[in-house]
Amino acid sequence: MKIGSPKEIFEGEDRVAMTPASAKDLQKLGYDCVIETGAGAAAGFSDAAYKEAGVEVVKTGAALFKAADIVAKVRPPEDKEIKRLREGQTLISFFYPGQNEKLMEAANKQGATVIAMDMVPRISRAQKMDALSSMANIAGYRAVIEAGNNFGRFFTGQVTAAGKVPPAKVLVVGAGVAGLAAIGTATSLGAITYAFDVRPEVAEQVESMGAEFVFLDFEEEQQDGAATGGYASVSSPEFREAQLAKFRELAPDMDIVITTALVPGRDAPKLWLQDMIDSMKPGSVIVDLAAERGGNADGTVMDEKVVTDNGVTIVGYTDFPSRMAAQSSTLYATNIRHMMSDLTPEKDGTPNHDMEDDVIRGATATHQGEITFPPPPPKVAAIAAQPKKEVAPELTPEEKRAAEAEAFKQQTKQQVMLLGGMGALILGIGLIPGMPASFMQHFIVFVLSVFIGFQVIWNVAHSLHTPLMAVTNAISSIIILGALIQIGSTSALVTILAGLGVFMASVNIFGGFLVTRRMLAMFQKS
Amino acid sequence: MENAFTIAAYVVAAILFILSLGGLSGQESAKRAVWYGIVGMAIAVLATLFGPGSGLWLASLVLIAGGAVVGYQLATKVQMTQMPELVAIMHSLVGLAAVFVGFNADFTITQVADLKAAGDTVTGSFAELVAKKTPIEITILQIELVLGVWIGAVTFTGSVIAYGKLSGNSSLLPFKIDTAAKQFPGGHMLNAGAAALSIIFAIWYFNGGGFGALFLLTLLALFIGYHLIMGIGGADMPVVVSMLNSYSGWAAAAIGFSLGNDLLIVVGALVGSSGAILSYIMCKAMNRSFVSVILGGFGGATGEQMAVEGEQVAIDADGVATALNEADSVIIIPGYGMAVAQAQTAVAELVRKLRAKGKEVRFAIHPVAGRLPGHMNVLLAEAKVPYDIVMEMDEINDDFPDTDVAIVIGSNDIVNPAAQDDPNSPIAGMPVLECWKAKQVFVSKRGQGTGYSGIENPLFFKENTRMFYGDAKASLDSLLPKID
Repeated sequence: MKIGSPKEIFEGEDRVAMTPASAKDLQKLGYDCVIETGAGAAAGFSDAAYKEAGVEVVKTGAALFKAADIVAKVRPPEDKEIKRLREGQTLISFFYPGQNEKLMEAANKQGATVIAMDMVPRISRAQKMDALSSMANIAGYRAVIEAGNNFGRFFTGQVTAAGKVPPAKVLVVGAGVAGLAAIGTATSLGAITYAFDVRPEVAEQVESMGAEFVFLDFEEEQQDGAATGGYASVSSPEFREAQLAKFRELAPDMDIVITTALVPGRDAPKLWLQDMIDSMKPGSVIVDLAAERGGNADGTVMDEKVVTDNGVTIVGYTDFPSRMAAQSSTLYATNIRHMMSDLTPEKDGTPNHDMEDDVIRGATATHQGEITFPPPPPKVAAIAAQPKKEVAPELTPEEKRAAEAEAFKQQTKQQVMLLGGMGALILGIGLIPGMPASFMQHFIVFVLSVFIGFQVIWNVAHSLHTPLMAVTNAISSIIILGALIQIGSTSALVTILAGLGVFMASVNIFGGFLVTRRMLAMFQKS
Repeated sequence: MENAFTIAAYVVAAILFILSLGGLSGQESAKRAVWYGIVGMAIAVLATLFGPGSGLWLASLVLIAGGAVVGYQLATKVQMTQMPELVAIMHSLVGLAAVFVGFNADFTITQVADLKAAGDTVTGSFAELVAKKTPIEITILQIELVLGVWIGAVTFTGSVIAYGKLSGNSSLLPFKIDTAAKQFPGGHMLNAGAAALSIIFAIWYFNGGGFGALFLLTLLALFIGYHLIMGIGGADMPVVVSMLNSYSGWAAAAIGFSLGNDLLIVVGALVGSSGAILSYIMCKAMNRSFVSVILGGFGGATGEQMAVEGEQVAIDADGVATALNEADSVIIIPGYGMAVAQAQTAVAELVRKLRAKGKEVRFAIHPVAGRLPGHMNVLLAEAKVPYDIVMEMDEINDDFPDTDVAIVIGSNDIVNPAAQDDPNSPIAGMPVLECWKAKQVFVSKRGQGTGYSGIENPLFFKENTRMFYGDAKASLDSLLPKID
C-alpha cells in the first residue's frame, strides 16, 4: 500500500508528516511512500532528499490524495482536503475530534478512516506515538527561547569586570511535558527556575529537572493526576484563591513567566491576572503557551506579541513547534512511523486495523463508515495511582534530642540484656556440678576469641569480603594441628586418618593463602 | 606433651591471625595482612611439628608438601569467576578433616581405656593427655568431639552441594545437582527428624555406644548437610557460603576443645564469628531473615503484586554508544550475569575508554551481587579496574539522579524498583540500587526472562530504560569499537 504526505495548506505551518528518514523506515514496513512536491521544503527537506530515500514525488495535493491509500498529515484537514478523501482511505493527523465534530462527520461521509494523533491514549506502550507530548516538548523549549529573545538580560548570573549580572528568575506554571521541557531549558541556560503545578506528585519531577517546586500552603486534598490520565483537572475555588495569592506574591520577583496550564476539553484557566502583570518589572516577559485556548494570562493575544503599558512583553504565539519545523517534523514523522508499525504487525505493507487494541481503538475517530469517537476508556490505567505518602513531620530539636536519647537508651538496654544473657549462660556452664577447671580455661579462651572476632570483622571493607572468606578458609585449616598431633599414634587407623587430615588441610592452607594473595594483588588504585 | 615453647608459639600465631583478619579493613593493609596469616600458619605448624606432633614428622612433611602442590595448582588455575566454587570446595576439606580428627579422638579414647585396663603405659602425645583425664573430663571430651564431627560432616556435604550448585554441575562431581531449590518430600521435617535422631545417637554414644553410634551420627549429619543445602536456590549462595565458612570455624573450635588445643579454639572462633557476621550482612542486604534463607525460598507474598505496565524497548549497540559518547557521568552496575558471561575484561576496557575521554565512570556494587560476598569487587579487580571507582551501594545510591547513563550488566533483583514501590512484592523492603533515577538506563541482558527470584522487574519497562539484549560479553565487544 501507499502512504503519502501532502504539503500543509494551513497558513504558516512549516511542518511535514514524513521525512526522508521516516520514509525509509516506512518502506521497511512494506509501504511505498509518496509526497507532494515542496512539502518538506519549509522544514529543510528537499524533494531531492525524498527521492533519494525512495519516495515518489507528485506534483499536486490532489494527485497525492489520489495516489496514497494512507494520508499522513500534521494539521487537521481542511474542507478542501476532506473532499479529496475517498472510501477506504485512511487519514492520520491531529484531528481534535472532540472540538471538530462537523469535520469528523464530513470525513465519515467520505467513508474514510480517521486516526487522530491527539487521541493516542497516554499509556506507557503508546508513548512512542504520543505526538502531543513530542510537540509539547518542543513548545516548552521554544517558549524559553522566545522569552530569551524578548528579554534584555542574561539568564545566568555572572560576575564580570564590567559589573555583576543577577541571574534571571523564571516561573513555569504547569509542569506537564511542555512545562518540564521549559524548566529543563531554563535551568540549563542558568536561570533560577521555579515551577508550579496543581498536581503535587509532579514536585519530584520538577526537582529532578533542577527547578524549585512552589508548594501551596493548602489543606485540601489536592487531586491525584493519575485519575485523569496524567492531566490536570479543574480545581476548587478555594484552591484557586490560594494559588493566585501565591502567584501575586511571586510576580514582582519574576523576570520570565511561562504558563502552560491547560485542562483537557476546556478553556485555559486564567492564572496570571492583570494585577500580577502590573506588579512585574518592566522588561519582563510572559510566554503564554495556552494562547490557543484563550491564554492563562490576562491580555494574551493569540498569535501575537504585545507589550503592556508597564513594559511587560506577552508572547501569545501558538505555532512554537512549527517555528522549529525541522525538529518537530522529525519527531512527528517518527510518531507516525511508530503508529504505522503498530498498525502493521506483519510488516507486509497492509494495515491491520485492530479495534481491540487500546491504542488503535483510542486514536480512531471514524472507521468503516461509523463514528467511533469517543473511545471507551482504555483497559489499563495509564499511570499507577500514587500511594498515599505519609509525610514525616519535621522534628523540633527537642524532639530530635529526645528521640536520640530514646535510641541510646534502647541500645544500652539491648546491650545490657545481651551481656546479661551471655554472662548468665557462661556462669551457668561454670555452675554445672563437676565441671572441670581445665574445660573452663579453654572456654574462656573461646569466648574471648569470639568477641575479638566480632570486633575485628565488622571493620572489614565490603569489597574485601571475598578475600576475607579465602583467608578465613585458609586459617580454618588450623585443624591441621589436630591431625599433626594425632599422626604419631600407635594405631594404624588413626595414623592413616590423621595423615588424610593433614593432606586435606594443607591443600586448604596453600590454596587459600595463594588465592587470597592473587586476589589482593589485583586490587589497584587508579 | 605440649611444652612451654609450643604454647608461646601458639600465642604468637594467634596474634598474627587476629592482625591478619583486622588488616582486611583496607585494600592496602590487606596485602600486608595476608602475610601475617601465612607467617602465623607457618609458626603454628612448625611449633606443632617440633613439639607435640613430632611423632611422624617426616611423613607429615611429605603430606604437607603433597597438599601444597595440589593447593598451588588449585589456586593458580582457578578463574576469578569461579572463586565461589573454589571457596565452597575448600570448606568441604576442612569439614572432612574435622570429621577425621574427631574420629581419631574417639579411637584414642577407646585405645587409652583399653591400655589402662590392661595396665600398660600409654604412648603418643594426645594419648598421654587423654590418659590423665578423669571420667567426667572424658565425657566432656566426647561431647566436644561429637559437636566437632557433627558440624564437620554438615560442612562437608553442604559444601560439596554448594560447589555443585555454584559450578552448574562441574564434571568433577560424579553426580548431577539441580541448581534450583529442591528437597525430598517431607522437606524440613526430614531435617528436623535427622537432627533429633542425631541427639539420640549422641546420648547413646555418651553412654558407651562406641564408634558405631558416632558413625551413625556422622551419617545423619552428612545427610542434613546435603539436604539442607539442596533446599536453597543458587542465588542465596552468598549466605550459604558464608554460613559454611562459619561452620568450618565452629568445627575447628569444637575439635580444639576436645584436643585441649587453645590455638585451634582461637582460630576456630575467629573464623566462626567472621562467617556469622558475613551471613548476617548478606541477609540484611537482601532484607531477609537468616532463618528464611536457610529454610529456602522467598516468604509468600502478602497480596496481589502490582501489574507491570508498558513494554521493554530494545536498543542496539549504536544507540548505546551514542548515549555513552554524549554522557558525562556513567555508573555501571554489574551482577552475576557479568561473571557468567566472563565480561569483566570487556567492561574494564569500556571503562578505560570512557575515562580516557574524561568522563566520570563508577561502579555501584550491591552487597549481594554475585554468588559470594564481594564477588564483583574481585572480578573487577582481576580486570584491573581501579578500586577507588568501585563504590558500595550506600556510597553511590544518592548520586543516580545526577548521572547521565546507568548501565546494568547482568543484574536483576538488586535493581528492582518493586522492592521500594510495591509493598506486596516478595522482595519488598530489600535495599536496591536506584539506577532508574539516572537520566538513562541501559540493561544488558540475555533475554526477556525474569531474575532468579522469578519476580518481574518494572525497571525494564520504565520510560528511561532501554534493553540491550544479548550475551553481555558479545554485546560489550560490539559496543567497544563504537566508543570514540
